Amino acid sequence: MDLNYTKEETAFRGEVREFIRGHLPGDLSRKVLEHKRLGKEDYVRWQKILFEKGWLAAGWPVEYGGTGWSAIQRFIFEDESAAAGAPRLTPFGLHMVGPVIIAFGTDHQKKQYLPRILSSEDWWCQGYSEPGSGSDLASLKTRAERKGDKYIVNGQKTWNTHGQWADMCFCLVRTSSEGKKQDGISFLLIDMHSPGITVRPIITLEGEHEVNEIWFENVEVPVQNLVGDENRGWTCAKFLLSHERTGIAGVGASKRELHYLKHIATQEQEGGKPLMEDPLFRDRVAKVEIDLMALEITCLRVASADRDGKAPGPEASILKIKGTEIQQELTELMMDAVGPYALPHLPMAWGDHWIGAHVGPDYAAPLAARYFNYRKTTIYGGSNEIQRNIIAQMVLGL
Amino acid sequence: MDFSLTEEQTMLKDSVNRFLGKNFSFEQRRKMLADRQPMSTQLWQGLAELGVLGVPFSPEDGGYGGGGVETMLVMEALGCNLTLEPYLATVVLAGGCVARGAADWQKKILLPKIIDGSMILAFAHSEPNARFDLGHVGTRATRDGNNFVLEGEKTLVLHGSVADKFIVSARTAGDPGDARGVTLFIVEADEENLGGQEYPLFEGTRALDLQLAGVKVGPESVVGTLDQAMPLIDTVLDRAMAALCAEAVGIMDALHATTVDYLKTRQQFGQPIGRFQALQHRAVDMLVQLEQARSMALLAASKVDSSDVSERRRVVAAAKEMTGRAGRYVGQQAIQLHGGMGMTDELNVSHYFKRLTAIDVLFGNAASQRTRFATMKESGATAQMKPPRKSWVKI
Repeated sequence: MDLNYTKEETAFRGEVREFIRGHLPGDLSRKVLEHKRLGKEDYVRWQKILFEKGWLAAGWPVEYGGTGWSAIQRFIFEDESAAAGAPRLTPFGLHMVGPVIIAFGTDHQKKQYLPRILSSEDWWCQGYSEPGSGSDLASLKTRAERKGDKYIVNGQKTWNTHGQWADMCFCLVRTSSEGKKQDGISFLLIDMHSPGITVRPIITLEGEHEVNEIWFENVEVPVQNLVGDENRGWTCAKFLLSHERTGIAGVGASKRELHYLKHIATQEQEGGKPLMEDPLFRDRVAKVEIDLMALEITCLRVASADRDGKAPGPEASILKIKGTEIQQELTELMMDAVGPYALPHLPMAWGDHWIGAHVGPDYAAPLAARYFNYRKTTIYGGSNEIQRNIIAQMVLGL
Repeated sequence: MDFSLTEEQTMLKDSVNRFLGKNFSFEQRRKMLADRQPMSTQLWQGLAELGVLGVPFSPEDGGYGGGGVETMLVMEALGCNLTLEPYLATVVLAGGCVARGAADWQKKILLPKIIDGSMILAFAHSEPNARFDLGHVGTRATRDGNNFVLEGEKTLVLHGSVADKFIVSARTAGDPGDARGVTLFIVEADEENLGGQEYPLFEGTRALDLQLAGVKVGPESVVGTLDQAMPLIDTVLDRAMAALCAEAVGIMDALHATTVDYLKTRQQFGQPIGRFQALQHRAVDMLVQLEQARSMALLAASKVDSSDVSERRRVVAAAKEMTGRAGRYVGQQAIQLHGGMGMTDELNVSHYFKRLTAIDVLFGNAASQRTRFATMKESGATAQMKPPRKSWVKI
């Protein structure tokens, strides 16, 4: 047992840091570090830089354009990227549908879609949740009826992130209503430019447009866009949810946010002293910092089990729960740190080019919105209660 | 980055667990508690024969040459078996002071006897009114020719009543709270002017309050450098805290397993109570806390041997905080999920719970560790971002 990075791992970290320092545009990292609104072009810009370097699809097999990095190396890469303020990689193509196509797709699908994910030509979105199917995902009702060499899709999906930018959608659809509800589901790749698709924005509590409803009205999808077997889509869905489990903890980004929090709390004054010296506030910061230290080690335990070829232990299952709790706590602390200046609502100041007046310190403007927005983290990706159900059944055998 | 145990480490872990499984039981613990027995000489001898008492000492001193990880494996096993033996007091604390601070001739006298189980040492450091300030030493050692006269009071000396000798911290210069001016002394238990009162802690470990009313010791009893024992004491206390974290993880492991078993077997409303989601989620949250604590215990075990003192202290404070907090949570939930049975002395659940509570308090509870952690300087921060600039209202 040695909880220090090896010489090779440290050298790798140096190489990653050097590359990011030389290639991450300053205006882009500033947006991330200062919690400014990011557009599609921001994400694509960074992804193209990584693609050129060959570092975009870290988790994919080498023959499909992956890096061949170990799980520890991938952790280091995420850590360095987050610390430097790189935009997060949009997960829908790289971390979700990509690995599913690699595992279950046809040769044609691999040739057709994987290169376009890597080059960022296709922006993917996810068609999982429905208005009546949230945590009970398998109860979904969107139907795909086979007619000749096409499926005709009708139904409604919701909580679709960035569908307004998307070219493609991976969708769970019902192809049979016989037997168990999980058994009649298929995994379809749908062109978002097809006739019959309507994307309607859902404005979330902080006032932003991040998620959408999608309506499918007699949308024609070629049968070659079926991934895996008909009525076996649940297998793909489960595979997708279990993939990239270490990434979901968001340790790198949380370390960055903790650092930012300390800077804010050092500059904010209370009773003539920095807020960071207030024992009550300092205590809350220390608690989340220690939780984060522990989570980082828990992540590395999972990553190293992966390297040793062992199945992830129970520690893998806690990453989502603890990771999102920490993310939420950090946004809450940041909002609390600016005190009354959390109150002014200035969404125009969340953009990059705002030159108008701030109310209070300029770092205060996006903090309440982030706190509101981050309540999503314990709901999405299988709510934390669903995660607890899974652990209770799969790990504890209850 | 490597979390796997070596073959030797796995063997050590297995052999300690096997030995304790065969030679110690919960019934024996209860009997020892009823008899006010601070330790079992027989079990201690068995541990000595197995080589467990020599684990952290170097091969030159007759030990096994283990580091933080080996101590962690032993402590986990001692924890989940609910032993009452003075491993922390004799091997980790007092033995640690001797191994890291004493002159070779002193080591030659003391360490072989610690390792073969024939000598019990206790560490007399904590003082009344010090609360969790581990640097507070008010006991005085005044020079009297070549000798020293010790005067003061020590409290919560773990396993003090069975000790043959004490390692006592006393002030040879400066004032209570000063980092400089503390010296360690070896004091025989049968020394004149040494008095004490023995009592049990709430979980059964026996401790001693020690009165040093003019105890005269010779210059040969000084351990390490005069006036400069504080860094040594810090090192040893960090090791002791890391060891306690490991013991807590061993206990939480056992307690969680016991609780999950109970949820599967206890029937109410015509089904095992583990079918109820409210209880399932508590069991999962216990697991989350346990695994987070395990991560920190591993980190502490691997950093106690680090030469980077500030990193070591930071990690140990964080680990002690995390295990203290997790221990309270896991213990409280285990009692709750066992219902009335969790409240009884008859079930090991309450014993685990009380030991976890004691571990949290020993050498500083979670809240005090957070304060310690927050006021320490960070070493080698990894983040490389620019600080945000504050700018005031522009109108």
